[in-house]
Amino acid sequence: MRPRLREIDKPLAGVVLVLAAYGLATLYSAGQTDVPTFVATIWHRQTIWLGIGAAAMFLMFGLSPRLLEWATPYAYAIAVLVLLFTLATGTGGGTAASEKSWITIAGVRLGQPAELAKLAVILMLARWLAERREPPATLRDLAYPCVIVGVPVALVVLQPDLGSAIVFIAILFAMLYWAGTKPSLLLLLGSPAIGLVLAFSTAAWGAWIILLFGLLLWWRLYVWEGLTIMLANIVMGVIAVPFWRRLAPYQQNRLLAFLNPEVDPRATGWHVIQSKIAIGSGGFLGKGFTAGPQKRLAFLPAQHTDFIFPVVGEELGFLGVVIALGLFIFLILSLMRIARRATDAFSSLCVFGIASMLFSHIVENVGMTVNLLPITGIPLPFFSYGGSFLLACSLAVGIALRVAWESRQSGYAEL
Amino acid sequence: MSSFHPHLLDRRLRVARAVVWALMGLIVVVFFRTQILEHGKYRLQSEMNRLRPIPLLAPRGLIMDRNGKVLAENVPGYTVSLLPGDQDSLRAELRRLAPLVKLDEAEIGRVLTRYRKVPYLPVMVLANAKFELVSSLEERRVIFPGLLIQPEPKRHYPDSSLVAHLMGYVGEVTEAERGQRRFAGVRLGGLVGKDGLERQYDDSLRGADGVRFVEVSALGRVVREAGAASTLAPVAGQPLRTTIDLDLQRYVAQIFPAGQRGAVLALNPNTGEILALYSAPGFDPNSFVGGIESGTWRRLNESESHPLFDRSIQARYPPGSTWKLAVAAIALKRGLVTFHSHMPIPCRGGLQYGNRFFRCWSPRGHGDLALAEAIAQSCDVYFYQLGLKIGLSSLLEDANGIGFHTRTGVDLPGEVTPEFPTGTEYYDRYYGPRRWTSAVTLNLAIGQGENAQTLVNMVRFYQMLASDGRARPPFLVHPGANPGVTLGLSPDQLAGLRQAMISVVERGTARGAGRFGGTITIAGKTGTAQNPHGPDHGWFIGFAPADKPEIVVGAIVEFAREGPYVAPLVTRVIGHYLGVDTTLASHMRIVLPTDTAPHPVPILPGVAPEDTVPPDIAPMDTTRTDTTHATPPPRDR
Repeated sequence: MRPRLREIDKPLAGVVLVLAAYGLATLYSAGQTDVPTFVATIWHRQTIWLGIGAAAMFLMFGLSPRLLEWATPYAYAIAVLVLLFTLATGTGGGTAASEKSWITIAGVRLGQPAELAKLAVILMLARWLAERREPPATLRDLAYPCVIVGVPVALVVLQPDLGSAIVFIAILFAMLYWAGTKPSLLLLLGSPAIGLVLAFSTAAWGAWIILLFGLLLWWRLYVWEGLTIMLANIVMGVIAVPFWRRLAPYQQNRLLAFLNPEVDPRATGWHVIQSKIAIGSGGFLGKGFTAGPQKRLAFLPAQHTDFIFPVVGEELGFLGVVIALGLFIFLILSLMRIARRATDAFSSLCVFGIASMLFSHIVENVGMTVNLLPITGIPLPFFSYGGSFLLACSLAVGIALRVAWESRQSGYAEL
Repeated sequence: MSSFHPHLLDRRLRVARAVVWALMGLIVVVFFRTQILEHGKYRLQSEMNRLRPIPLLAPRGLIMDRNGKVLAENVPGYTVSLLPGDQDSLRAELRRLAPLVKLDEAEIGRVLTRYRKVPYLPVMVLANAKFELVSSLEERRVIFPGLLIQPEPKRHYPDSSLVAHLMGYVGEVTEAERGQRRFAGVRLGGLVGKDGLERQYDDSLRGADGVRFVEVSALGRVVREAGAASTLAPVAGQPLRTTIDLDLQRYVAQIFPAGQRGAVLALNPNTGEILALYSAPGFDPNSFVGGIESGTWRRLNESESHPLFDRSIQARYPPGSTWKLAVAAIALKRGLVTFHSHMPIPCRGGLQYGNRFFRCWSPRGHGDLALAEAIAQSCDVYFYQLGLKIGLSSLLEDANGIGFHTRTGVDLPGEVTPEFPTGTEYYDRYYGPRRWTSAVTLNLAIGQGENAQTLVNMVRFYQMLASDGRARPPFLVHPGANPGVTLGLSPDQLAGLRQAMISVVERGTARGAGRFGGTITIAGKTGTAQNPHGPDHGWFIGFAPADKPEIVVGAIVEFAREGPYVAPLVTRVIGHYLGVDTTLASHMRIVLPTDTAPHPVPILPGVAPEDTVPPDIAPMDTTRTDTTHATPPPRDR
């Protein structure tokens, strides 16, 4: 039976429509500057991308989850191959020209495959976790999902695109949790990352190792698992400093500027300072649509991609920000509701993965504009200009809509 | 699929929802803090980001003479400035401007230095742009996005060097000046008076600079010129009416011997109003407007003739015989002499005192003279004895009382204090107790010795003689505090002194200088300041009409090697002021100002003259004056 349009999940479709309109209007405003830039007409292209996205959404809406489940390994394989290809031939763009995040054929930049790879990873994780029928209980059980995520993460880090790598890891943890993995196990899985961060202070790292040892005894892990965790943490502590040195200078600067944007206000801290000025000067009601002077006079960098949210903050004020965040919350909660009501584990995991992907993008992107999080160049769903990510979001929403329709068809009722 | 049991899913959903709400709530809180609580701070930063203040120069107040004729005015000019982005882009833009504006590397370096001092204000590239350059720059506006061309009032002195020392000049305020309370309100790079009346009355002349804002983009390009923010209009400075008579000032400058150094000061004896103040050589104060070129500045500073130096108030010269009137006045006041008193020893070309012979300027001698005639002939022998009669400590006490050791308080910056002993302990200090004799009195009595006066202070003394004996401190705009100095002479005594001074001009040392028209009587006194480095400096101070003086004029001409022209210079100025035809006046070669005795040989036996120089006196005006150095050969004219 083919789904009909009027049987669509109206809250989700509605919020996506509103967000797309809000985003397009903001993108239009981002182009209205007193300093001529190419951004002025970028909303034309974004409109075309929205059309393509809508088509993709309906395509996914018409696609059965079973067919999707069947196609998942192929999609994943293609995604990994394309990432490899990108690594070999890719070109940079934006703030970091040395990045190889764009796939380019015959000089035409087609897109950023990492965005679509996120979707492939979600599907692959959902398929594996759904087939197991019981939640991963040991570290050994987690090895396979870690490999599923680890391969694209490694390829993305090599580009290097730290922001996307963080999103992949967020997806992994969220989906493992949704599949029923115990939080203590997730903590142990994440412990090497904590160890890595704490390694910059010897005392903090020592305290962490002792705490971890206690937790391992408390949770009564298998000996070899405990040893692996301890070893991983110790290794992280040892390699932290060499790893830091291997980061590209712009990445180091971004992290340092996060800690103190005033270090070098004209260069590294510029983005954050100007972004905060734009947001802060907006006040409660903002300076009016298209009228924000920070944006108009080009003080706001990348106002059409990574820093599009300060345009909302400056022109529409705190009210506009709260409305946008409210819409995002509604979007995420709708997706979670759909995940909860899904008829099968694969669908449920897919939709929850999608929710976590969008949520991590939102938190990271919005958080960095107010210096809550370090700057990583990842786009804001439905706002930032960019075909690949919009396409990925549309496909994701399409999948969620189909899952919602499936549960509606099976007569799901709230328990 | 036990792990997907609805109950378990509901539990996880609750946790997931809690995470979403928590994180989004945190973000909202941060936005609330940024947008609502810290809104003021960020709005200010946003304004500072996009608005660049452009100072609007306030026109300085006009300076006028007593009749309302303009001494200093403002004319429209153009400045070319750049709105700086950062240093590198500024440098690049300057390079592109260089062929049009004709900047060399050194000039670019100077502009960059200016930029570093005030990085947020437009940096001035050219202070005084020609109209053609302005229009050619306007045509190329598009390629110079940070270019700012503004009309600005420029200071202009129509009489240029004629009024240089009166007006002073203007320049950018320095870091040190901004530290003073007086200039605390001046913005960096603002203009203040640096000398002369411009300095003295800067507070009222300056006005207050305004400011306007232009809106710039992140690259420093001007996006909007007007309406970006409210403009603060400049407040023009107050006009200044001075006591100067521009006509007289011009006349003084015109007849002052070309190429000579010296000064002329004219004032009204009844009020103290300065009518003319001229110091030569002068400089062109207009060349300071908009920043003086370093070459010109170096020339002005390194020139041997020190044109920036105001010789009427900043130079000290031994007063020579002009000071004899002070000795006479003191003696009369003390009742020691009358105008008919004779001294015990008549003048035979000199006076033996102790083991030394003090010569008179006239080797032939003047014979036996009364006081009036001694003044007319400026007889040194008479005054040696008069000085001894008064006594050193009385002489010093009264001379200090008349103000020979105080500044006149004229309202011009930089007036120096005359050199004069405050008492006998002065000699103890410099020569050592008991290492000097009362022979110093002889030197002092003829205006030599440890005595160096400014022109303005000597003219003030003659003002007292020319009026009722009371001092009226000289001033240009506002009279200073009057300390109430008076000569303490009776009207008869004053009249007698005037009569003696009339004799000076009519048949004495300045005979012939006042012979024009015969309608006015000029009283005056010549003087010669001994100068060991070359020809002596010539003095003449006179006033007229002698019975009811309206003007006192004093002049000093350095190295007056032609000697006899200081008195005619002064009498012509007087004649011009009183409206007398001076074309018939004597040639400027008649008068002998060299009426002062050559400095006697060492006061102390066995001490070389150089050793007797008080350390503080010797360097005071090393090239111009000297009081105690070796003797030039006596003149016999």
